[in-house]
Amino acid sequence: MASHSSAVPVLPAPAQNRDRVRRDFNQALTVTVFLLPAGLIFTVFLIFPIVQAAYFSLFKWNGLGPPENFIGLENYLRLFQDKVFRGALLHNLLIIFLSLGVQLPISLGLALLVWRKLPGRVFFRTVFFLPYVLSEVITGIIWLFIYHPEFGLVTTLFKSLLPGLTTSWLGDPRTALNAIFVVLCWKYFGFYLILYLAGLQQIPAELEEAARIDGASDAQVLRYVILPLLGSILRLTIYLSILGSLQIFVLVWVMTQGGPVQSSNTMATYLFKFGFQRFALGYGSTVAVVLFLIGLGFSAAYQRAVLQQDYVGGVG
Amino acid sequence: MKVLHRLISLTCLCMLVLAACGPAATTVAPTEAPAPTTAVEPTEEAPAPTTAPNKVKITWWHITTDDKGKAYWQSVADAYMADHPNVAIEITVMDNEQFKQKLATVMQSGEPPDLFQSWGGGVMNAYAEGGLLKDITSDIEGEWKDSFAPGPLAVYSYNGKQYGVPWDMGMVGFWYNKALFAQAGIDAPPQTWSELLDAVKKLKAAGIIPIALGGKDKWPGHFWWVYLAVRLGGQPAFDAAYSRSGSFADETFVKAGEKLKELIDLEPFEDGFLGLGYNDQAALMGNGKAALELMGQWAPGAQAGNAEDKIGIGEDLGFFPFPKVEGGVGEASDAMGGGNGIAVGKNAAPEAVDFLRYLTTSDHQRAMAEQGLAVPVVKGAEDGIKDPLLKEVQATLGKAKYFQLYYDQYLPPAVGDAVKDATEGLFAGTLSPEEAAQMIEDSASTELSSN
Repeated sequence: MASHSSAVPVLPAPAQNRDRVRRDFNQALTVTVFLLPAGLIFTVFLIFPIVQAAYFSLFKWNGLGPPENFIGLENYLRLFQDKVFRGALLHNLLIIFLSLGVQLPISLGLALLVWRKLPGRVFFRTVFFLPYVLSEVITGIIWLFIYHPEFGLVTTLFKSLLPGLTTSWLGDPRTALNAIFVVLCWKYFGFYLILYLAGLQQIPAELEEAARIDGASDAQVLRYVILPLLGSILRLTIYLSILGSLQIFVLVWVMTQGGPVQSSNTMATYLFKFGFQRFALGYGSTVAVVLFLIGLGFSAAYQRAVLQQDYVGGVG
Repeated sequence: MKVLHRLISLTCLCMLVLAACGPAATTVAPTEAPAPTTAVEPTEEAPAPTTAPNKVKITWWHITTDDKGKAYWQSVADAYMADHPNVAIEITVMDNEQFKQKLATVMQSGEPPDLFQSWGGGVMNAYAEGGLLKDITSDIEGEWKDSFAPGPLAVYSYNGKQYGVPWDMGMVGFWYNKALFAQAGIDAPPQTWSELLDAVKKLKAAGIIPIALGGKDKWPGHFWWVYLAVRLGGQPAFDAAYSRSGSFADETFVKAGEKLKELIDLEPFEDGFLGLGYNDQAALMGNGKAALELMGQWAPGAQAGNAEDKIGIGEDLGFFPFPKVEGGVGEASDAMGGGNGIAVGKNAAPEAVDFLRYLTTSDHQRAMAEQGLAVPVVKGAEDGIKDPLLKEVQATLGKAKYFQLYYDQYLPPAVGDAVKDATEGLFAGTLSPEEAAQMIEDSASTELSSN
């Protein structure tokens, strides 16, 4: 045993170095070989298309044949001067605002309700999660019927209860976006609810008990014990909600196609309409690049400023 | 917990394995893909000695989704394949919107189907310019070419080259419910725009929805504005704007918006029409709830298909052309509309063109006319039309000296969409007639100048 282990230091220095070099090389080789498949996929399907889109965005190009008409940054200028695009951007921001201000609080409130005390809470949890299971297209079609201006459920309800307030929810430029937001809320609150429930399960009951023994009221328990311990989940849901709101497409497309008169466009429906449908792939790529930069910029900033603490095992 | 841990690592492992397979799978795909094309070539050069020769494959996309039409196309393809055992025709049937989106995608990847639905005009021209269509000018020369009515055939040519052939051609006009007109005390179909406005007022007073309109789909609404422009300015106004010696912001097009606004201000459409589509429009007509709609030759079929009883209003349905507009220079006989045709993709084999010839023989055209599937475009097939309304459409169309293809198909895609967006703004009351015309001109000025 002793003689065996002493054999290593006896080796001459160059040999030892060579050994380490070989070991390092082997290690690097292993890492490379294991990373190669994933790296290749990442490059081919992610990096390459982004670079390609950035390149196409400098052309006036209809997508048929190779791009030839180089116009520099003209597409970008046109994009930012377009009222319809600014409207779409504003709609995305509005949905973000409504999601954070309305959807997440509703989810959190319901999560707190069905967490422990409510009888039949398992039933409620299942019911609340159901809309999330439906595909977006199916959700859109169901709600087209619910909002139908002739025989829809919502229309009938309003006609019998508040006849003065009734309107064609999806056919009125003033209400279309909000009507879609209601559907978004309905579809996704269950998802956030499940995340909150998972977070709440992690909070030890002793902490709450201890606070109550110290004389904390319900509100104080919520404010000083539960919410801080739920911090990492709250930060995560805000992140997911904002990113999701930036990417909304299917539901809007199925329900209004961004109309009436562009009143419910998002950046993604704008891209599809003005890029694909109008055979302007160069311009469409410009929209894609801008959408990508907004998403990336937000994501990087939020990760750095907010989510960092959760990664290094901070609070929560 | 330990089980969960293992599960997670197993999942990760699976993902790694899958990831490792990824690039391998993509390198396999290309070697598989060209196989059919290389398999096709031998049949052209040297017939295979075996008893099962490689077949020539023809892919065909069409949008005739109703059962009768779908079955008819299939029977024609089957008959052709029985006569030509070396040909295999693969038909894909899609719904209109779905087809447009899927076609745009395959076109951008440069792989068009051999035969596919086309309305001609600006969209087809864009494909032709991209080198995605097959030039069949020399194929149709002679008897085949002479069998067509020249107007419809010209829709499928661009810069003197033929890229497809028509099989149906019709026009847009008013389809109305005679019973509801009688109920509102209107004795005769309106002859002028102001008579039409009067009729709308009478219908409204009688508690009937005067006009069905699927505003969400936009193209049904754009018919109104285009027809007004056709009646107001005639061919000269459009030709001037299109050739760029004039503009879409000219008086004719602003005035079209003003006339349309006179109608919109009467609120003649169903509740929430901006959020409803063409299917809702057809259902309102088919269920006898609305008095009239401005639509193409396919309207009776669509009304029946969307009606609750699947029959429609039958004998009560009537047709009248778009009325004269006071002060307009366009002739009352001028017509706006379009039809259906089949374009040929760049990779199509000669057999595909031969099948197209077979498909448009006067026998097949007459059979389609008899079943009410098309208003035929081949000479001598008109006598197949049985339906009196379709006969009327065909006769009215025959009298037109100026025929305008729908703007949304005739103009380049971007301008066509601008027309639809602008007219939607008029219907919603968010754009003034001047703003709507300017919006179209803005798009035309960038898109038409570069052509």
